Order: sequence, then C-alpha cells, then structure tokens
Amino acid sequence: MDALVTPSLEPLIEALRSVGYTVVGPTVKDGAVRMAEIWSAEELPAGVGDAQEPGGYRLTERDDDMVFGFAAGPDSAKRYTQPPRQTLFRMRDQEIEEVEPEAPRVALLGVRACDLAAIAVQDRVFLGRHPDSAYRRRREALFLVAVNCAVPGGTCFCASMGTGPKATAGFDLAITELAAPHRFLIEPGSERGAQILTAIPHRAAEEDDLAAAQEVSRTAATRMGRQVDTTGIQDWLPAAHDHPRWTDVASRCLSCTNCTMACPTCFCSTVEDITDLSGDVAERSERWDSCFTLDFTELGGTPVRGSALARYRQWLTHKFATWYDQFGVSGCVGCGRCITWCPTGIDVTEELSCIR
Amino acid sequence: MTPAPYRVRSRRPDRADTVTLTLEPVRGRCPAFLPGQFNMIYARGVGEIPISLSGRARSGALMHTIRAVGAVSHVLCDARPGDVVGLRGPYGTAWDVPAAAGLDVVVAAGGLGLAPLRTVLRELAAHRSRYGRISLIVGTRTPMTLLYPRELARWRKSHDVDVQVIVDHPDHAWQGPVGPVTRLIDRIVFQPRRTAAFVCGPEVMMRAVADNLVRRGVPAARVALSLERNMKCGVGRCGHCQLGPLLLCLDGPVVDYQRAARLLAVREL
Ligand SMILES: Cc1cc2nc3c(=O)[nH]c(=O)nc-3n(C[C@H](O)[C@H](O)[C@H](O)COP(=O)(O)OP(=O)(O)OC[C@H]3O[C@@H](n4cnc5c(N)ncnc54)[C@H](O)[C@@H]3O)c2cc1C
Ligand code: SF4
Ligand code: SF4
Ligand code: FES
Repeated sequence: MDALVTPSLEPLIEALRSVGYTVVGPTVKDGAVRMAEIWSAEELPAGVGDAQEPGGYRLTERDDDMVFGFAAGPDSAKRYTQPPRQTLFRMRDQEIEEVEPEAPRVALLGVRACDLAAIAVQDRVFLGRHPDSAYRRRREALFLVAVNCAVPGGTCFCASMGTGPKATAGFDLAITELAAPHRFLIEPGSERGAQILTAIPHRAAEEDDLAAAQEVSRTAATRMGRQVDTTGIQDWLPAAHDHPRWTDVASRCLSCTNCTMACPTCFCSTVEDITDLSGDVAERSERWDSCFTLDFTELGGTPVRGSALARYRQWLTHKFATWYDQFGVSGCVGCGRCITWCPTGIDVTEELSCIR
Repeated sequence: MTPAPYRVRSRRPDRADTVTLTLEPVRGRCPAFLPGQFNMIYARGVGEIPISLSGRARSGALMHTIRAVGAVSHVLCDARPGDVVGLRGPYGTAWDVPAAAGLDVVVAAGGLGLAPLRTVLRELAAHRSRYGRISLIVGTRTPMTLLYPRELARWRKSHDVDVQVIVDHPDHAWQGPVGPVTRLIDRIVFQPRRTAAFVCGPEVMMRAVADNLVRRGVPAARVALSLERNMKCGVGRCGHCQLGPLLLCLDGPVVDYQRAARLLAVREL
C-alpha cells in the first residue's frame, strides 16, 4: 500500500482502538509534553511548541495548529519496552513460579526517529545472546506510529548519530504533518500498519504531498541544535581515560541519575526482594537502575567506581564507545534528553568535543 | 531470570566462614558445566548472588563453595540439607584446560580463589599424562584458612602436582613460607614459553601473579584470570558487571591477561 493523506488523525486513533490497542500519544501535562493514553485527536497538543536547552525545558505557543510541533519530551518508548518495574517470579515453600509478564497492546503515537533507533538498540540488548522472552512479548504487542520531526529541539543531534530526523525503518506507520492546508501524510511500514490504513478515509498522496514531506525532513536536518563528530570515537574515547576534562565534568555532575532515567537506550536494572507478612511468599522484582548510583558496582562493601569521575566516565564511554563492543551499535541515538534534563546542564556533545 | 528449585543435598564446613554446598535439582537433571563457570544462587526473599562451580559430586550434583560475607551468602552458608534454594546457570566463560595440553601448567590461587580452580585441578588430574609439569601455588591468610587441605595433599601425592602454600600470617606450628603468593613463583619449575596459567583470587593478587609470569616470558594470552564484578542478572542485561568493553557475565569471568591487563590498569574502570 502507498502513502496516503488524511486531514485528521481521529479515524486512525479510532481504528487502532477498535482492534484493541490502547493509544498512547503526546499530551500536555505538568508543563511538559508527556506520553499518556488518549481517546481522541482532540487531546493532541495543538499549537504547542517547546524550547529546550542544557538544563532547560519550557513549553511555548505556536502560531499554528500543528499537533507535533515540538521535539522529544521526557518520555520515550523505554517505559513500554522495559517497564520501570516488573515482577520476575515468586517463591512459595519449595516452588518457584514465573510471573506471566504483562504485554499490553499499546499503540505509541508520535514516536520520533531517534526513539525508533533507540528501540532497535534495546532489541540488540534484550534479544541478543540470552533473549528475554518478556521483552519479546512486549515488543510484539507494541504498534509504532512514527512522526517525522519538523522542528528539532535545541539539544537534538540525531543527524550526527545517523538516526533521524526522518523515520526510515522499524515503524508500523509513519506520519509527516504538513501545513497549508493542515494534513497528515501517512506511510505504512509493516503489514499490520497497511491493514490499519485500509480502515481510514483518505485520498492517495500526490506528488506535491510527497515533495512537501521531503522538504520537512530536509529542513529539520539542517536545524539540529547540536552535533557530535563520531569518527573514530570507539577508539579515542576509551583511550582518553586520563583526560583532565573528566575531573572538570565530575565537579559539575550531581550523580542524580536523571540522564540515565531519561535516556531511551539506558537499560541498566537492579533487583529487589520482598517477603509477604506471613513469610510464606517471596517475590523478586526488577527495576530501572543507573550506573551513577554508588552501590551499582559494590563488591564486598566497596564500590568499584567510587568517584563521580569514574561514574561519569563510565556512562559517557559506554554510551558512545564500548556499547559498540557489546552490541555492535552506538548506545546514543542523539535525542538530547540527557542534555535537557540534566539539572546542571551538562551537555554530552560539549564534553565529547572537549575530550576529543 | 527465573531460577529452578534446587535441594541442598549436603553441607560441608570448610573453614570458619566457608561451606561447600552440594545441590541437586528438585526436578530433572543437573546441567552440564565447564570449569570456571558460575551459577546465580537465590536465597528465598533475600537475594541472588553469583557463585562459581567448585565441583561435581559423585551423584552428579553441583558443588559450590561459599564464604559468608553479606546478606545472601550468610543465608546460603546457613542452609541445611533438605533446604531449597533457587539456581540458574551455568553462565560465563570457562577455563580452557584442554588448550594447556602439552604445556606446563601453573595454577595460582588466592584465598577463596581456589574454589573455582578446583574444577581445573580435577580436570588436569583426570588427564594427567596430557600435561607437562603442574604446579599449584596457593596463598592464604593463615594456616587455618587454607581451603581443601585434604585435596591438596591428594593432588600432591597421587597426581604429581607440585603443591606449594604460603600464608600472610603464620601461627606457631607453621614452618612454610610467609608472604604474597608471587613469592612462590620462584619455587616452582616451568618453561615460561611453554606454560599455561590459571589464576584466581583478589584482583591485586591476580595482577601481581600475571605480571610476574608475563615478565618471565609466559605469553599473556595463555594467562587466564577469573574477574569479579557486581552481578545482578548473569545474562548481559543489567549492566552491573561492566569492565570497559566487557560484560563480565558473558565475556568473563575468565578473561586472558592479554585482554585484561590494560583494563585492570585503569583505576576505577
Ligand atoms: C563470577 C563470580 C564468581 C563468584 N564465585 C564465588 C564463589 O565461588 N564463592 C564465594 O563465596 N563467592 C563468590 N563470588 C562472590 C560472591 O558473589 C559475593 O561474595 C556475594 O555476591 C556477596 O553477596 P552478599 O549478599 O552475601 O553480600 P553483600 O555485601 O550484602 O552484597 C550485596 C549485593 O552486592 C552484590 N555483591 C557484593 N559483593 C559481590 C561480589 N564479590 N561479586 C558479585 N556481586 C557482589 C551482590 O548482588 C550482593 O547480593 C563470586 C562472584 C562472581 C562475580
Ligand atoms: S545519551 Fe543522551 S542524547 Fe544519547 S540517546 Fe541517551 S539521552 Fe539521548
Ligand atoms: S550528568 Fe547531569 S543528569 Fe546525569 S547524573 Fe550527572 S548531574 Fe545528573
Ligand atoms: S551481570 Fe547483568 S549484565 Fe552482567
């Protein structure tokens, strides 16, 4: 099926809901664009823009009705591929029972190209040498509706990382929002995506729709807030373990873990054990963890990476270099979240250019 | 990430704070494993920790030698025959014992590091004629904390292994050498260029032994260490066990010194 054009996303949302998906899309909440369940296209943030900078995020008003006129917000797809907390198993007497993993049928509406790339990175982590069946089930239950970015944020650098701004793979549907007249160009990326499209009223995309969409992605690529030169990074970054800049950045880093929580590819987790009040049933669960915490590397009561310097160096080096050794790709997709959500405005692109 | 229930078949105290548990599955058979691999052992409601396999019992059951140092290891050391724990594995890389065929072999252990090396010694002893001179050097805090003393005697007597022990703190009865285990390297005989080494113990001990052997001409690629990091998952998903590019639960714990040397040289990596 070819690309089509529709003036409203309402039929798409209805079609997804009618086949059993919970539709999760961008909404304005707590002064930010957050991903939450939506029932209607009315709930999309029409006319909302954002201004992002190191350590800063602010919503702005646009002078049009664009519903995707902002860049990546604090939420990514990670919440749905790797839930912040999940129960692993229970032990009762001598029996250990696996807990059936939750794999809700969710359609994510408005996934950016960087976040699609992040999902592909997580696929390598969780479906690699010891495939995680719970992850696989959640992944298969996710329907991905991508949006091609029109206005990258001030902290974005997906073009440097080769992951955006246009979605090229890994989606069920990809939307490009076009202006004058306001309309949506939708392309299918999978069989089930094409299936959904048959259910919504539309007209076929014409030459000028396609040209306009191409122009959206072309200008977006030229408006990146930041950039990184990644040539040879796999070699020079780990080799720079003694660079004085690590001391400098460590003096600004609070080890607050915000960057790792906001990052769409950071996958580190830890486990927790609880026993019910009767003492009969023990439960083990897994939750997000961060390499910035002290007990992350604890061995016999002492952390291996006891200094903030060592922890920041581990994070940045892992993201941009050793991730290749482990998973064959970069751990960074250039979404800029860690820069925006760092309370002290530490900017990975700036740190890298100083260390290079 | 869900363990299988294993029953404690027997419990043998080795030292004041160390016991060897023999575990067998409540249902089914024991998995195959290679020397150097580890299992994740779960104590109900308390936690789960990586423990190396230290042998296989005659019944086929899995042996683990555990030192009580914290919450989980204490509970495991207190387990009684009949108790049930969770176990999953085996995980990780193995000591490549067959690759040492035709070579002299140096096995160096520091403290509890002898536990995972026990499977190497058993493998060497089972095919004694394949190997050249075999030396086992062991460092231990005091004569009382020496692990597996009876087996050391047997390897020395029946399997033509040159077993040497050194202690940090001697007692009245001790007549042997005192000091770091590297001091024993002078006392054993091996042809450096035709030697394979298996080293396990505290990280500083392993680095000192490996450096010493390499300086004498043992190829770094033939010096294998067993590295320890915090581990939560054992299967490459939790991120805790990283050492530079390595995920030690998958790429380790056994790593050759050619790869490990430059990583261990970086402080707090
Ligand atoms: C590959 C490997 C093989 C091992 N083999 C053995 C063995 O054969 N016998 C033995 O007695 N010990 C072994 N250890 C060390 C053993 O795992 C730790 O002593 C144990 O994790 C301590 O847990 P705890 O809860 O008793 O202590 P606590 O100090 O309460 O530890 C809290 C948590 O931190 C983590 N942790 C702390 N220390 C270590 C450590 N040294 N290694 C990994 N995680 C740690 C664990 O998740 C642990 O549950 C091995 C470790 C590794 C990595
Ligand atoms: S490291 Fe920063 S820019 Fe890169 S993917 Fe993670 S949050 Fe986005
Ligand atoms: S880099 Fe910034 S967000 Fe990340 S831990 Fe340090 S202070 Fe927190
Ligand atoms: S122990 Fe979890 S990644 Fe190695």
